[in-house]
Amino acid sequence: MGKKQLRRVDLIFANDDDYLQILKKSLDIPTEEIINEMINSGLKGRGGAGFPTGLKWKLTGESKGKQKYIICNADEGEPGTFKDREILTQVPYKVLTGMAVAAKVAGATKGYIYLRGEYRFLVPLLNKEIEKFHVLCKDAGLDFKVEIFLGSGAYICGEESALMESMEGKRGEPRNKPPYPTEVGYMGKPTVINNVETLAHTFTILKYGAKKFRDLGVQDSRGSKLFSVSGDTPIPGIYELELGMTVQDFVDDFSDGDCKAVQVGGASGFLVPRKRFAETNIGYQGKLTGISLPTGGSMMLFNSSRSMFNVLDNYLDFFQEESCGQCTPCRVGCQQLVKGIEAVKRGDKPASYLDKLLKLTDTMKYTAKCGLGQSVANSFQSIVENFREEMIY
Amino acid sequence: MTEVQTLVKELADKHGRKRENLMPILQGIIEKDRFISEYAMKEIARELDISTAEVFGTATFYSFLDTEVRGKYVIRVCKTITCAMKGKNQILLALEDSLKIKVGDTTPDKKFTILETNCLGWCHKAPAMLINDDVYTELTPEMVRQIIEEYRKREELPE
Amino acid sequence: MSKMINLTINGIAVSIEQSKTVLEAAEKLNITIPVLCYHKDLCIAGNCRVCVVEQIGSQKLIPACATPVFEGMEIQTNSLVVRNSRKHIIELLLSEHNADCTKCYKNGSCELQELASEYKITNSDFIDLVPLKNYKYDDLSPSIIKDDSKCIRCQRCVRTCNEIQHLSALEVAYKGDHMKISTFAEKPMNDVVCSNCGQCIIHCPTGALVEKNYIEEVWDALGDPNKHVVVQTAPAVRVGLGEEFESKSGDRVTGKMVAALKRLGFDSVLDTDFSADLTIMEEGTELLTRLKQALVDGDKKVQLPMFTSCSPGWIKFVEHTFPEYLNNLSTCKSPQQMFGALAKTYYAQKRSIPAENIVSVSVMPCTAKKFEANRPEMRDSGYQDVDYVLTTRELAIMIKQAGIEFNNLEQDNFDKLMGNSTGAAVIFGATGGVMEAALRTAYEIVTGREVPFKNLEILPVRGIEGIKEASILIENPVDDWKFLDGVELKCAIAHGLENAHQLMTNLKNGKSEYHFVEIMACPGGCLGGGGQPIPTSPEIRKKRMEAIYAEDGAMPLRKSHENPEIVQIYKEFLDKPLGHKSHKLLHTHYTPRERY
Repeated sequence: MGKKQLRRVDLIFANDDDYLQILKKSLDIPTEEIINEMINSGLKGRGGAGFPTGLKWKLTGESKGKQKYIICNADEGEPGTFKDREILTQVPYKVLTGMAVAAKVAGATKGYIYLRGEYRFLVPLLNKEIEKFHVLCKDAGLDFKVEIFLGSGAYICGEESALMESMEGKRGEPRNKPPYPTEVGYMGKPTVINNVETLAHTFTILKYGAKKFRDLGVQDSRGSKLFSVSGDTPIPGIYELELGMTVQDFVDDFSDGDCKAVQVGGASGFLVPRKRFAETNIGYQGKLTGISLPTGGSMMLFNSSRSMFNVLDNYLDFFQEESCGQCTPCRVGCQQLVKGIEAVKRGDKPASYLDKLLKLTDTMKYTAKCGLGQSVANSFQSIVENFREEMIY
Repeated sequence: MTEVQTLVKELADKHGRKRENLMPILQGIIEKDRFISEYAMKEIARELDISTAEVFGTATFYSFLDTEVRGKYVIRVCKTITCAMKGKNQILLALEDSLKIKVGDTTPDKKFTILETNCLGWCHKAPAMLINDDVYTELTPEMVRQIIEEYRKREELPE
Repeated sequence: MSKMINLTINGIAVSIEQSKTVLEAAEKLNITIPVLCYHKDLCIAGNCRVCVVEQIGSQKLIPACATPVFEGMEIQTNSLVVRNSRKHIIELLLSEHNADCTKCYKNGSCELQELASEYKITNSDFIDLVPLKNYKYDDLSPSIIKDDSKCIRCQRCVRTCNEIQHLSALEVAYKGDHMKISTFAEKPMNDVVCSNCGQCIIHCPTGALVEKNYIEEVWDALGDPNKHVVVQTAPAVRVGLGEEFESKSGDRVTGKMVAALKRLGFDSVLDTDFSADLTIMEEGTELLTRLKQALVDGDKKVQLPMFTSCSPGWIKFVEHTFPEYLNNLSTCKSPQQMFGALAKTYYAQKRSIPAENIVSVSVMPCTAKKFEANRPEMRDSGYQDVDYVLTTRELAIMIKQAGIEFNNLEQDNFDKLMGNSTGAAVIFGATGGVMEAALRTAYEIVTGREVPFKNLEILPVRGIEGIKEASILIENPVDDWKFLDGVELKCAIAHGLENAHQLMTNLKNGKSEYHFVEIMACPGGCLGGGGQPIPTSPEIRKKRMEAIYAEDGAMPLRKSHENPEIVQIYKEFLDKPLGHKSHKLLHTHYTPRERY
């Protein structure tokens, strides 16, 4: 066949019963060394934005202020993403350990897990784990308490500053940046905010050292990553894979042979059409052969029976509802995109109207207040540019 | 004190009376009553000493903090991409048929409300829905009818 | 001095203090960057995105209003991508906006319209979203009209109501395409904790929030030969009106305003300043009486401090938020309402005109005055005491409609009988003014001497500080007031309801103690009122304030009790301050209202 089998990794879900030792060991290591390990590992935020984790911890540690916070972002709302729930269900202690070590590095005594309301059923289980963990922290001599903060159904709260607004009892509207959370975060205090998976990876690094993590992946995209696989695939689910694969490699493993396109990174990510499978890599920034897509790990496969118009319409409807509504380009832009493609599809607007909408998405990308508003352009442009014929009446 | 006043007071005692305690208090009302009435919002504003418009503004931002009357069981069917691809509409039709109401409506006995919602995070087991906090995945119309039947039976049993 | 940062904007070098924004740096270079959500009175929102500019090296555009400068920054404010983006954003706003501009009250004075015209948005083919929205129109308040179809969601009103006025009657509600600015549960403005101050109106860039205007009603009255139409004008109007006719902020146009009102056809052009002087007589006496009851008689029922009651926005604020302090409010009606009650009694008698034929109009810097005039308590003459309240802006509209070239008018004088006033009345228009006027008179009543301040200027109560405190020691009082010997009269002044709330909270917590407190609902006092010309800003208010004090300085009489018409009215009609007739016509009571 000549098919390249993807390297499946089994780190995150491996049941490590030695986590008390890992915690104790890590707490004994000087802060700078931990930061160096994190930076050397090449770990980048697994929520989708890809900011180096070690640097985030370092910056928060350096920020002035007595009170600091560690927040675990478990507001997993990106369509097609469901890995964080599994981590919290199966290996919550890894996340908690990561939070505790981050707390030590940053100088925080209080942590929160912002859990999306849709996962409320997890609360009893998590609280049990947290209680257990508090005892361990006490044994290890660390003054650190974790609490769950529940969301209530708002995609935008996955954006870190919106999440903090929400925790402060307000509408989840993203803030102006700068300042960043490392300086001015929850309640105006320096805050480390990491995705669930990122924290779980820090456990791996703490346990095995930076090298083991760094040896996985390629160039700027180090380590493994959880992928949430859904759509037209015979084997949907969660998979831990090495970073740096091409979409073709992925499709070979996960499709039943009929794959028209793959949506990488959820509704705010990119649609990759079949003709670009081979040249598109999954990872951060670093350009290999073709384009490279950062991702929160959502991979949705579409077979030849799917209408790309319907797919795009569904995404845009999602964004139109889930935009916080504060900034003009995102609030009104999303409405114009939905109504616009529907008008073109009905024949009420000429096909050339799509070009106007494409330009509009450029403006949204340049001017929206937060990353989520900016990223609406990703799926719109990649779908309209590759499947224009499906958009037209 | 009215029931709502007592509930709000209890929640405020439990969570605190600062702005950052607003979300858990709103969630506590939902847990009990499934929706937050104007009266409840006023009482919350009073307890936290913030304006009623601020409570309203925050509550209406979050999909799960309903401010309109809801049934005892709020059914939220995921309408996002994978669930849509895997037959969400058929699930809705089955629900509408079983409960004899339309999406967005509440049964006259105030037991059930059908709503659509955005991605629930069960794309690998689509289609999915929530009934209050409980998840149901890989649904078929037949399963939906059974689930509703079970809830109905549960309701008929003396508590 | 803070560190200076060097940057370039459009290639031009500029250096500016650290922590300043790109917008402020551009302002320094006289480069205009359009803004909508930005307002100098408010904290930064950064949500309209009209002010985006290009920062070399950044992939995204940055909002000039919300981005702090840094060393070596290079900014382009007029590059192709900036211009295209800006145009898109204006187009997007217009697509959600009821752009029926010719039928809009703000036609010609709308910031969105101005931008649309500047960027020549003539052929936008975005889909009109307005028919898809269920926009609400609320005109149930006597003061404010809220028209959601004109709203661009910049949240200036929300920030105003929260930051300046503490009420948060307006908030952002819902999200996404349903996001809107709303009162609690989308109730009418009339049914919520709105003070009617109109600060939201003067901060709104479009026609989404405007005053309820009574222009046609007043024209009808003026055109009715059977009606005798009297008009009173508040002190702050004369230092604001000029701005509507392209004068500089702070130009005093009293004489021209009087001339214009006469040309509009008012039968008698009179002055709220007259009743401001009267207020001082009543309120000053009330204060001294309360002090006597409290200090000499030991009457526990007497409430101190006494609060001024001239500002109807403040009154409604107390009714909603501090109802337990209603008895601390002076029972004096505001000057507008004293005037109104007298217009249909004293004035009617003196001029032998049946009261039912009198139409009483007031011109106010205020929208809460419209609400006040409509209060059921304000009918002591047997009729509605004040029939129509016009804002400074509405008067300007009428002057323009009448084809009067305002700037070329000869100055004229107020008519006699309730048209005479003193400098003490003029300063009612500025924060601290009522306090100063009251002290000028009360001190003299008690001691027989003028207040011990050069030129009668009581400087400690003047200025734009949010909360001011002052005290005045009473020495060697005349016999009637011997009990006040050695008493240090403690006063406080606040303007803007956020400051008022702070002052009230301190009082409530026992952190401060006063005898007399002046509060005005609007920043700067009435001169910054919600009925004044738009725009407003700290600088503009400062200019108006200077004008107020200049007006005072130029008056021949500076103390209320010296106003001959005041002396006359007590002699001929009222008898004495707090007398029987005063009680009936000039004093009132208040109603507790729901806070939540």
